[in-house]
Amino acid sequence: MADTRIMLQEILLPVRAGFIGLTLIVALLLNLLPWSSAWLWLKPDFVALVLLYWCVAQPRKVGFVSAWLLGLVMDVADGALFGQHALSYSILAYAGIVLHRRVLMFSGTPQVLHIVVLLLLNDLIVITIRVLAGAGFPGFQYFIGSFIAGALWLPLGVLLKLPQRPQPDPDRV
Amino acid sequence: MEHQPPPFFKTGPAPLARLLIFSALSLTVLVADVRFDYLASLRQVAAVVIYPLQRIAAAPFSIARRIGDFLVTHGSLRTQNAQLAQENFDNAALLLQLKALQAENAQLRDLLAARKRLGTELVTAEVLYAARDPFSRKVVIDKGSRDDIRAGQVAVDNRGVVGQVTRVYPWISEVTLVTDKGQLVPVQNLRNGLRAILAGTGSDGTLELRFVPPNADFENGDELVTSGIDGVYPPGLPVARVTEVERSAEKMFARVTGVPLGGVANHTHVLIAGGSRDLPPRPPAEEPKSPLPKKSRKG
Repeated sequence: MADTRIMLQEILLPVRAGFIGLTLIVALLLNLLPWSSAWLWLKPDFVALVLLYWCVAQPRKVGFVSAWLLGLVMDVADGALFGQHALSYSILAYAGIVLHRRVLMFSGTPQVLHIVVLLLLNDLIVITIRVLAGAGFPGFQYFIGSFIAGALWLPLGVLLKLPQRPQPDPDRV
Repeated sequence: MEHQPPPFFKTGPAPLARLLIFSALSLTVLVADVRFDYLASLRQVAAVVIYPLQRIAAAPFSIARRIGDFLVTHGSLRTQNAQLAQENFDNAALLLQLKALQAENAQLRDLLAARKRLGTELVTAEVLYAARDPFSRKVVIDKGSRDDIRAGQVAVDNRGVVGQVTRVYPWISEVTLVTDKGQLVPVQNLRNGLRAILAGTGSDGTLELRFVPPNADFENGDELVTSGIDGVYPPGLPVARVTEVERSAEKMFARVTGVPLGGVANHTHVLIAGGSRDLPPRPPAEEPKSPLPKKSRKG
Protein backbone atom coordinates (compact mmCIF):
# COMPACT_ATOMS: atom_id res chain seq x y z
CA MET A 1 0.00 0.00 0.00
CA ALA A 2 2.89 2.28 0.81
CA ASP A 3 4.19 1.83 -2.72
CA THR A 4 0.99 3.01 -4.32
CA ARG A 5 0.93 6.08 -2.12
CA ILE A 6 4.41 7.02 -3.25
CA MET A 7 3.41 6.34 -6.82
CA LEU A 8 0.42 8.64 -6.59
CA GLN A 9 2.65 11.46 -5.47
CA GLU A 10 5.00 10.88 -8.36
CA ILE A 11 5.38 13.64 -10.90
CA LEU A 12 4.22 12.24 -14.19
CA LEU A 13 4.56 13.42 -17.75
CA PRO A 14 1.38 14.61 -19.46
CA VAL A 15 -0.48 11.74 -21.06
CA ARG A 16 -0.78 11.64 -24.83
CA ALA A 17 -4.26 11.57 -26.33
CA GLY A 18 -3.12 8.87 -28.76
CA PHE A 19 -2.17 6.61 -25.87
CA ILE A 20 -5.61 7.01 -24.29
CA GLY A 21 -7.24 6.13 -27.60
CA LEU A 22 -4.98 3.12 -28.02
CA THR A 23 -5.79 1.75 -24.56
CA LEU A 24 -9.51 2.16 -25.20
CA ILE A 25 -9.19 0.29 -28.50
CA VAL A 26 -7.24 -2.49 -26.80
CA ALA A 27 -9.97 -2.70 -24.15
CA LEU A 28 -12.55 -2.94 -26.93
CA LEU A 29 -10.53 -5.74 -28.53
CA LEU A 30 -10.41 -7.62 -25.22
CA ASN A 31 -14.18 -7.26 -24.95
CA LEU A 32 -14.57 -8.54 -28.51
CA LEU A 33 -12.61 -11.74 -27.90
CA PRO A 34 -14.82 -14.77 -28.45
CA TRP A 35 -15.68 -15.39 -24.80
CA SER A 36 -17.72 -18.53 -24.41
CA SER A 37 -20.48 -19.18 -21.94
CA ALA A 38 -18.56 -20.08 -18.77
CA TRP A 39 -15.91 -17.40 -19.27
CA LEU A 40 -18.55 -14.88 -20.19
CA TRP A 41 -19.67 -14.66 -16.58
CA LEU A 42 -16.13 -14.11 -15.37
CA LYS A 43 -15.27 -11.59 -18.06
CA PRO A 44 -14.78 -8.10 -16.70
CA ASP A 45 -16.06 -5.30 -18.89
CA PHE A 46 -12.66 -4.04 -20.01
CA VAL A 47 -14.08 -1.01 -21.77
CA ALA A 48 -15.90 0.13 -18.63
CA LEU A 49 -12.77 -0.46 -16.56
CA VAL A 50 -10.37 1.45 -18.81
CA LEU A 51 -12.91 4.20 -19.39
CA LEU A 52 -13.37 4.61 -15.64
CA TYR A 53 -9.62 4.66 -15.18
CA TRP A 54 -9.19 7.53 -17.63
CA CYS A 55 -12.20 9.40 -16.24
CA VAL A 56 -10.62 9.24 -12.80
CA ALA A 57 -7.05 9.89 -13.91
CA GLN A 58 -7.66 12.41 -16.71
CA PRO A 59 -11.14 13.88 -16.28
CA ARG A 60 -10.29 16.78 -18.55
CA LYS A 61 -9.35 14.55 -21.47
CA VAL A 62 -11.76 11.64 -21.35
CA GLY A 63 -15.40 12.15 -20.76
CA PHE A 64 -18.90 11.78 -21.99
CA VAL A 65 -18.35 11.83 -25.74
CA SER A 66 -15.94 8.89 -25.71
CA ALA A 67 -18.09 7.06 -23.15
CA TRP A 68 -21.21 7.47 -25.22
CA LEU A 69 -19.60 6.45 -28.51
CA LEU A 70 -17.91 3.42 -26.92
CA GLY A 71 -21.27 2.47 -25.46
CA LEU A 72 -22.89 2.52 -28.89
CA VAL A 73 -20.07 0.42 -30.32
CA MET A 74 -20.42 -2.12 -27.51
CA ASP A 75 -24.17 -2.33 -28.10
CA VAL A 76 -23.66 -3.13 -31.76
CA ALA A 77 -20.91 -5.64 -31.06
CA ASP A 78 -23.02 -7.44 -28.48
CA GLY A 79 -26.17 -7.32 -30.55
CA ALA A 80 -27.77 -5.76 -27.50
CA LEU A 81 -30.31 -2.97 -27.28
CA PHE A 82 -29.00 0.13 -28.94
CA GLY A 83 -28.17 2.67 -26.23
CA GLN A 84 -28.05 0.53 -23.10
CA HIS A 85 -24.28 0.67 -22.79
CA ALA A 86 -24.28 4.25 -24.04
CA LEU A 87 -26.42 5.21 -21.06
CA SER A 88 -24.57 3.12 -18.51
CA TYR A 89 -21.13 4.29 -19.69
CA SER A 90 -22.29 7.92 -19.63
CA ILE A 91 -23.38 7.55 -16.01
CA LEU A 92 -20.14 5.71 -15.23
CA ALA A 93 -18.15 8.54 -16.78
CA TYR A 94 -20.12 11.06 -14.74
CA ALA A 95 -19.45 9.16 -11.52
CA GLY A 96 -15.77 8.86 -12.39
CA ILE A 97 -15.40 12.55 -13.21
CA VAL A 98 -17.30 13.80 -10.18
CA LEU A 99 -15.61 11.42 -7.76
CA HIS A 100 -12.10 11.48 -9.23
CA ARG A 101 -10.56 13.57 -6.43
CA ARG A 102 -12.16 11.40 -3.79
CA VAL A 103 -11.05 8.17 -5.46
CA LEU A 104 -7.47 9.40 -5.85
CA MET A 105 -7.35 10.36 -2.15
CA PHE A 106 -7.48 6.66 -1.35
CA SER A 107 -4.97 4.06 -2.30
CA GLY A 108 -4.89 0.30 -2.45
CA THR A 109 -7.94 -1.59 -1.24
CA PRO A 110 -10.19 1.40 -0.37
CA GLN A 111 -9.71 2.73 -3.88
CA VAL A 112 -10.60 -0.65 -5.35
CA LEU A 113 -13.76 -0.72 -3.25
CA HIS A 114 -14.82 2.59 -4.76
CA ILE A 115 -14.20 1.23 -8.24
CA VAL A 116 -16.14 -1.97 -7.62
CA VAL A 117 -19.15 0.00 -6.43
CA LEU A 118 -19.05 2.18 -9.54
CA LEU A 119 -18.77 -0.84 -11.84
CA LEU A 120 -21.65 -2.57 -10.05
CA LEU A 121 -23.69 0.57 -10.61
CA ASN A 122 -22.85 0.25 -14.31
CA ASP A 123 -24.10 -3.36 -14.32
CA LEU A 124 -27.21 -2.39 -12.42
CA ILE A 125 -28.15 0.23 -15.02
CA VAL A 126 -27.77 -2.29 -17.84
CA ILE A 127 -29.88 -4.85 -15.97
CA THR A 128 -32.56 -2.28 -15.21
CA ILE A 129 -32.80 -1.28 -18.87
CA ARG A 130 -33.01 -4.89 -20.04
CA VAL A 131 -35.59 -5.91 -17.45
CA LEU A 132 -37.68 -2.87 -18.38
CA ALA A 133 -37.39 -3.89 -22.03
CA GLY A 134 -38.73 -7.34 -21.20
CA ALA A 135 -35.73 -9.61 -20.56
CA GLY A 136 -35.42 -11.94 -17.59
CA PHE A 137 -33.01 -11.39 -14.71
CA PRO A 138 -29.80 -13.19 -15.71
CA GLY A 139 -28.83 -14.18 -12.17
CA PHE A 140 -26.36 -12.82 -9.67
CA GLN A 141 -23.38 -14.27 -11.50
CA TYR A 142 -23.80 -11.29 -13.81
CA PHE A 143 -22.03 -9.17 -11.20
CA ILE A 144 -18.95 -11.41 -10.87
CA GLY A 145 -17.22 -9.64 -13.75
CA SER A 146 -17.21 -6.35 -11.88
CA PHE A 147 -15.42 -7.86 -8.89
CA ILE A 148 -12.79 -9.32 -11.19
CA ALA A 149 -12.49 -5.92 -12.86
CA GLY A 150 -11.93 -4.45 -9.39
CA ALA A 151 -9.10 -6.91 -8.83
CA LEU A 152 -7.54 -5.75 -12.10
CA TRP A 153 -7.73 -2.07 -11.15
CA LEU A 154 -4.38 -1.72 -9.38
CA PRO A 155 -2.30 -3.65 -11.97
CA LEU A 156 -4.04 -1.64 -14.67
CA GLY A 157 -3.07 1.60 -12.93
CA VAL A 158 0.59 0.59 -12.88
CA LEU A 159 0.44 -0.49 -16.53
CA LEU A 160 -1.26 2.63 -17.83
CA LYS A 161 1.09 4.93 -15.96
CA LEU A 162 4.20 3.38 -17.50
CA PRO A 163 4.44 5.74 -20.51
CA GLN A 164 3.99 8.73 -18.22
CA ARG A 165 7.00 7.92 -16.09
CA PRO A 166 9.77 10.46 -16.67
CA GLN A 167 12.87 8.94 -18.24
CA PRO A 168 15.69 8.70 -15.72
CA ASP A 169 18.22 11.42 -16.42
CA PRO A 170 21.48 9.72 -17.51
CA ASP A 171 23.56 12.66 -16.23
CA ARG A 172 22.33 12.22 -12.69
CA VAL A 173 23.18 8.92 -11.13
CA MET B 1 -30.59 35.71 -6.09
CA GLU B 2 -26.98 35.11 -5.58
CA HIS B 3 -24.91 35.07 -8.71
CA GLN B 4 -21.93 32.77 -9.00
CA PRO B 5 -18.68 34.36 -10.08
CA PRO B 6 -17.57 33.41 -13.57
CA PRO B 7 -15.26 30.40 -13.53
CA PHE B 8 -11.52 30.86 -13.86
CA PHE B 9 -11.18 28.24 -16.53
CA LYS B 10 -13.52 27.56 -19.38
CA THR B 11 -14.47 23.89 -19.06
CA GLY B 12 -17.74 23.78 -20.94
CA PRO B 13 -21.00 22.74 -19.31
CA ALA B 14 -20.92 21.25 -15.82
CA PRO B 15 -20.67 17.45 -15.56
CA LEU B 16 -24.26 17.16 -14.38
CA ALA B 17 -25.53 19.09 -17.40
CA ARG B 18 -23.47 16.89 -19.68
CA LEU B 19 -24.76 13.79 -17.97
CA LEU B 20 -28.32 14.94 -18.56
CA ILE B 21 -27.61 15.65 -22.23
CA PHE B 22 -26.00 12.27 -22.84
CA SER B 23 -28.58 10.37 -20.82
CA ALA B 24 -31.35 12.01 -22.81
CA LEU B 25 -29.52 11.07 -26.02
CA SER B 26 -29.12 7.48 -24.87
CA LEU B 27 -32.73 7.19 -23.84
CA THR B 28 -33.85 8.59 -27.18
CA VAL B 29 -31.72 6.03 -28.97
CA LEU B 30 -33.04 3.25 -26.73
CA VAL B 31 -36.67 4.12 -27.29
CA ALA B 32 -36.10 4.57 -31.03
CA ASP B 33 -34.52 1.11 -31.14
CA VAL B 34 -36.95 -0.76 -28.89
CA ARG B 35 -40.22 0.77 -30.03
CA PHE B 36 -39.73 1.92 -33.59
CA ASP B 37 -36.65 0.18 -35.00
CA TYR B 38 -35.54 3.42 -36.63
CA LEU B 39 -31.82 3.10 -36.20
CA ALA B 40 -30.94 0.23 -38.50
CA SER B 41 -28.68 2.42 -40.62
CA LEU B 42 -26.82 3.84 -37.61
CA ARG B 43 -26.28 0.28 -36.44
CA GLN B 44 -24.91 -0.63 -39.87
CA VAL B 45 -22.42 2.24 -39.71
CA ALA B 46 -21.21 1.26 -36.25
CA ALA B 47 -20.98 -2.37 -37.34
CA VAL B 48 -18.76 -1.47 -40.28
CA VAL B 49 -16.54 0.62 -38.01
CA ILE B 50 -15.89 -2.20 -35.57
CA TYR B 51 -15.70 -4.96 -38.15
CA PRO B 52 -11.86 -4.93 -38.38
CA LEU B 53 -11.61 -5.06 -34.60
CA GLN B 54 -13.97 -8.00 -34.48
CA ARG B 55 -11.93 -9.88 -37.07
CA ILE B 56 -8.68 -9.13 -35.22
CA ALA B 57 -10.17 -10.30 -31.94
CA ALA B 58 -11.47 -13.51 -33.48
CA ALA B 59 -8.33 -14.21 -35.51
CA PRO B 60 -6.09 -15.88 -32.88
CA PHE B 61 -8.81 -18.37 -32.01
CA SER B 62 -9.59 -19.38 -35.58
CA ILE B 63 -5.88 -19.63 -36.36
CA ALA B 64 -5.37 -21.81 -33.29
CA ARG B 65 -8.23 -24.00 -34.45
CA ARG B 66 -6.72 -24.32 -37.91
CA ILE B 67 -3.32 -25.21 -36.46
CA GLY B 68 -5.07 -27.77 -34.29
CA ASP B 69 -6.68 -29.22 -37.42
CA PHE B 70 -3.31 -29.35 -39.17
CA LEU B 71 -1.41 -31.07 -36.37
CA VAL B 72 -3.26 -34.36 -36.23
CA THR B 73 -1.44 -37.62 -35.87
CA HIS B 74 -1.11 -40.18 -38.63
CA GLY B 75 -2.93 -42.76 -36.50
CA SER B 76 -5.98 -40.66 -35.84
CA LEU B 77 -6.20 -39.75 -39.52
CA ARG B 78 -6.06 -43.42 -40.47
CA THR B 79 -8.77 -44.43 -38.02
CA GLN B 80 -10.91 -41.54 -39.15
CA ASN B 81 -10.35 -42.47 -42.77
CA ALA B 82 -11.34 -46.07 -42.15
CA GLN B 83 -14.39 -44.91 -40.28
CA LEU B 84 -15.41 -42.55 -43.05
CA ALA B 85 -14.89 -45.22 -45.70
CA GLN B 86 -17.15 -47.56 -43.75
CA GLU B 87 -19.76 -44.83 -43.32
CA ASN B 88 -19.53 -43.98 -47.00
CA PHE B 89 -20.07 -47.61 -47.87
CA ASP B 90 -23.07 -47.81 -45.57
CA ASN B 91 -24.54 -44.63 -46.94
CA ALA B 92 -24.02 -45.50 -50.61
CA ALA B 93 -26.96 -47.84 -50.67
CA LEU B 94 -29.16 -45.29 -48.94
CA LEU B 95 -27.98 -42.63 -51.36
CA LEU B 96 -28.95 -44.69 -54.36
CA GLN B 97 -32.36 -45.17 -52.86
CA LEU B 98 -32.55 -41.47 -52.10
CA LYS B 99 -31.89 -40.54 -55.72
CA ALA B 100 -34.65 -42.81 -56.89
CA LEU B 101 -36.98 -41.45 -54.23
CA GLN B 102 -36.12 -37.86 -55.11
CA ALA B 103 -36.91 -38.48 -58.76
CA GLU B 104 -40.13 -40.16 -57.82
CA ASN B 105 -40.98 -37.37 -55.39
CA ALA B 106 -40.33 -34.70 -58.01
CA GLN B 107 -42.56 -36.51 -60.42
CA LEU B 108 -45.35 -36.82 -57.87
CA ARG B 109 -44.99 -33.17 -56.93
CA ASP B 110 -45.24 -32.18 -60.56
CA LEU B 111 -48.33 -34.29 -60.79
CA LEU B 112 -49.78 -32.55 -57.80
CA ALA B 113 -48.63 -29.22 -59.21
CA ALA B 114 -47.19 -28.72 -55.80
CA ARG B 115 -44.96 -25.88 -54.96
CA LYS B 116 -41.31 -26.85 -55.16
CA ARG B 117 -39.62 -27.37 -51.88
CA LEU B 118 -36.96 -24.94 -50.83
CA GLY B 119 -33.82 -25.39 -52.84
CA THR B 120 -30.85 -26.74 -50.99
CA GLU B 121 -28.89 -23.56 -51.43
CA LEU B 122 -26.55 -23.58 -48.47
CA VAL B 123 -23.93 -21.10 -47.36
CA THR B 124 -21.32 -22.26 -44.88
CA ALA B 125 -20.45 -19.68 -42.27
CA GLU B 126 -17.99 -19.66 -39.43
CA VAL B 127 -19.13 -18.62 -36.00
CA LEU B 128 -16.93 -15.69 -35.01
CA TYR B 129 -18.07 -15.47 -31.42
CA ALA B 130 -21.07 -15.80 -29.19
CA ALA B 131 -22.56 -12.38 -28.52
CA ARG B 132 -21.55 -11.29 -25.06
CA ASP B 133 -25.00 -10.21 -24.05
CA PRO B 134 -26.07 -12.38 -21.11
CA PHE B 135 -29.70 -11.45 -21.73
CA SER B 136 -29.93 -13.07 -25.14
CA ARG B 137 -28.58 -16.11 -26.93
CA LYS B 138 -26.92 -15.03 -30.14
CA VAL B 139 -23.86 -15.84 -32.19
CA VAL B 140 -22.14 -13.74 -34.81
CA ILE B 141 -21.16 -15.41 -38.08
CA ASP B 142 -18.68 -14.29 -40.72
CA LYS B 143 -21.09 -13.97 -43.66
CA GLY B 144 -23.29 -10.99 -44.30
CA SER B 145 -25.33 -9.26 -46.94
CA ARG B 146 -22.30 -9.44 -49.26
CA ASP B 147 -22.77 -13.21 -49.33
CA ASP B 148 -26.52 -12.98 -49.90
CA ILE B 149 -27.43 -13.67 -46.31
CA ARG B 150 -30.85 -12.30 -45.50
CA ALA B 151 -32.58 -11.81 -42.20
CA GLY B 152 -34.99 -14.65 -41.57
CA GLN B 153 -32.82 -17.43 -42.97
CA VAL B 154 -32.26 -20.46 -40.82
CA ALA B 155 -28.92 -21.62 -39.40
CA VAL B 156 -28.42 -25.36 -39.12
CA ASP B 157 -25.55 -27.66 -38.27
CA ASN B 158 -25.16 -31.35 -38.99
CA ARG B 159 -27.58 -32.31 -36.21
CA GLY B 160 -30.36 -29.80 -36.46
CA VAL B 161 -31.57 -26.24 -36.34
CA VAL B 162 -29.28 -23.87 -34.46
CA GLY B 163 -31.07 -20.58 -34.92
CA GLN B 164 -32.24 -17.90 -37.26
CA VAL B 165 -30.46 -14.98 -38.89
CA THR B 166 -31.96 -11.90 -37.28
CA ARG B 167 -29.70 -9.02 -38.20
CA VAL B 168 -27.49 -8.68 -41.26
CA TYR B 169 -24.50 -6.39 -41.66
CA PRO B 170 -22.34 -6.16 -44.79
CA TRP B 171 -19.78 -8.77 -43.71
CA ILE B 172 -21.20 -10.38 -40.61
CA SER B 173 -24.62 -11.26 -39.32
CA GLU B 174 -26.25 -12.17 -36.06
CA VAL B 175 -27.92 -15.51 -35.54
CA THR B 176 -30.43 -15.72 -32.71
CA LEU B 177 -30.22 -19.22 -31.26
CA VAL B 178 -33.33 -21.30 -30.73
CA THR B 179 -32.67 -21.12 -26.98
CA ASP B 180 -33.10 -17.34 -26.95
CA LYS B 181 -36.06 -16.16 -24.97
CA GLY B 182 -38.71 -15.16 -27.47
CA GLN B 183 -37.27 -17.08 -30.42
CA LEU B 184 -40.10 -19.18 -31.83
CA VAL B 185 -39.91 -22.16 -34.17
CA PRO B 186 -43.03 -23.76 -35.60
CA VAL B 187 -42.50 -27.50 -35.17
CA GLN B 188 -44.32 -30.74 -35.55
CA ASN B 189 -43.96 -34.00 -33.76
CA LEU B 190 -42.18 -36.46 -36.03
CA ARG B 191 -44.10 -39.38 -34.49
CA ASN B 192 -47.62 -38.16 -35.16
CA GLY B 193 -47.39 -34.90 -37.07
CA LEU B 194 -48.83 -32.82 -34.25
CA ARG B 195 -48.01 -29.13 -34.71
CA ALA B 196 -46.85 -26.78 -31.97
CA ILE B 197 -44.80 -23.68 -31.34
CA LEU B 198 -41.39 -24.20 -29.79
CA ALA B 199 -39.95 -21.32 -27.79
CA GLY B 200 -36.58 -20.73 -26.19
CA THR B 201 -36.41 -20.09 -22.48
CA GLY B 202 -33.27 -17.98 -22.34
CA SER B 203 -31.20 -20.65 -20.62
CA ASP B 204 -28.85 -22.91 -22.52
CA GLY B 205 -30.24 -26.28 -23.38
CA THR B 206 -33.92 -25.84 -22.56
CA LEU B 207 -36.77 -25.30 -24.96
CA GLU B 208 -40.45 -25.15 -24.24
CA LEU B 209 -43.54 -25.93 -26.28
CA ARG B 210 -46.10 -23.18 -25.97
CA PHE B 211 -49.87 -23.56 -25.71
CA VAL B 212 -50.02 -27.33 -25.81
CA PRO B 213 -53.41 -28.66 -24.66
CA PRO B 214 -53.11 -31.08 -21.73
CA ASN B 215 -54.39 -33.99 -23.79
CA ALA B 216 -51.96 -33.46 -26.68
CA ASP B 217 -49.94 -36.52 -27.57
CA PHE B 218 -46.38 -35.59 -26.65
CA GLU B 219 -44.12 -38.09 -24.95
CA ASN B 220 -40.57 -38.14 -23.70
CA GLY B 221 -38.16 -38.79 -26.52
CA ASP B 222 -40.39 -37.42 -29.25
CA GLU B 223 -38.40 -35.71 -31.96
CA LEU B 224 -39.64 -32.30 -33.08
CA VAL B 225 -38.92 -31.13 -36.64
CA THR B 226 -39.73 -27.86 -38.34
CA SER B 227 -43.20 -27.89 -39.83
CA GLY B 228 -42.48 -25.36 -42.55
CA ILE B 229 -45.92 -23.81 -42.38
CA ASP B 230 -44.42 -20.43 -41.52
CA GLY B 231 -42.74 -20.19 -44.90
CA VAL B 232 -39.46 -19.27 -43.21
CA TYR B 233 -37.99 -22.53 -41.96
CA PRO B 234 -37.66 -25.31 -44.52
CA PRO B 235 -39.81 -28.24 -43.36
CA GLY B 236 -38.39 -31.37 -41.81
CA LEU B 237 -35.29 -30.08 -40.06
CA PRO B 238 -34.75 -31.63 -36.62
CA VAL B 239 -35.02 -29.05 -33.84
CA ALA B 240 -35.46 -30.63 -30.44
CA ARG B 241 -36.19 -33.76 -28.44
CA VAL B 242 -38.86 -33.77 -25.76
CA THR B 243 -37.42 -34.52 -22.34
CA GLU B 244 -40.23 -33.76 -19.96
CA VAL B 245 -44.01 -33.63 -20.19
CA GLU B 246 -45.89 -32.28 -17.23
CA ARG B 247 -49.68 -32.32 -17.20
CA SER B 248 -51.65 -30.96 -14.33
CA ALA B 249 -55.41 -30.51 -14.05
CA GLU B 250 -55.34 -26.96 -12.74
CA LYS B 251 -53.28 -25.59 -15.61
CA MET B 252 -54.67 -24.77 -18.98
CA PHE B 253 -51.69 -26.03 -20.95
CA ALA B 254 -49.34 -28.95 -20.60
CA ARG B 255 -45.73 -28.08 -19.86
CA VAL B 256 -43.56 -29.75 -22.48
CA THR B 257 -39.84 -29.09 -22.35
CA GLY B 258 -37.10 -30.33 -24.61
CA VAL B 259 -33.44 -30.04 -25.47
CA PRO B 260 -32.15 -28.62 -28.74
CA LEU B 261 -30.68 -31.17 -31.15
CA GLY B 262 -28.41 -28.77 -32.98
CA GLY B 263 -25.15 -27.88 -31.28
CA VAL B 264 -26.44 -24.64 -29.86
CA ALA B 265 -23.68 -24.03 -27.35
CA ASN B 266 -20.64 -25.40 -29.16
CA HIS B 267 -20.19 -25.04 -32.85
CA THR B 268 -17.63 -23.56 -35.14
CA HIS B 269 -19.49 -23.72 -38.43
CA VAL B 270 -23.13 -23.42 -39.36
CA LEU B 271 -24.99 -23.70 -42.62
CA ILE B 272 -27.31 -20.88 -43.57
CA ALA B 273 -30.22 -22.29 -45.50
CA GLY B 274 -33.58 -21.42 -46.88
CA GLY B 275 -35.08 -18.09 -47.57
CA SER B 276 -38.35 -16.57 -48.39
CA ARG B 277 -40.53 -18.98 -50.25
CA ASP B 278 -42.88 -17.29 -52.70
CA LEU B 279 -46.04 -17.57 -50.72
CA PRO B 280 -49.42 -16.69 -52.18
CA PRO B 281 -50.29 -13.06 -51.54
CA ARG B 282 -52.00 -12.21 -48.31
CA PRO B 283 -55.77 -12.26 -48.69
CA PRO B 284 -57.23 -8.76 -48.67
CA ALA B 285 -58.42 -7.56 -45.30
CA GLU B 286 -62.06 -8.29 -44.68
CA GLU B 287 -64.44 -5.41 -45.12
CA PRO B 288 -65.80 -4.16 -41.83
CA LYS B 289 -69.12 -5.84 -41.34
CA SER B 290 -71.05 -3.02 -39.72
CA PRO B 291 -72.10 -1.19 -42.92
CA LEU B 292 -73.60 -4.33 -44.43
CA PRO B 293 -76.79 -4.59 -42.34
CA LYS B 294 -77.45 -0.91 -42.94
CA LYS B 295 -77.36 -1.48 -46.68
CA SER B 296 -79.72 -4.41 -46.40
CA ARG B 297 -82.08 -2.34 -44.33
CA LYS B 298 -82.07 0.35 -46.95
CA GLY B 299 -82.51 -2.06 -49.80
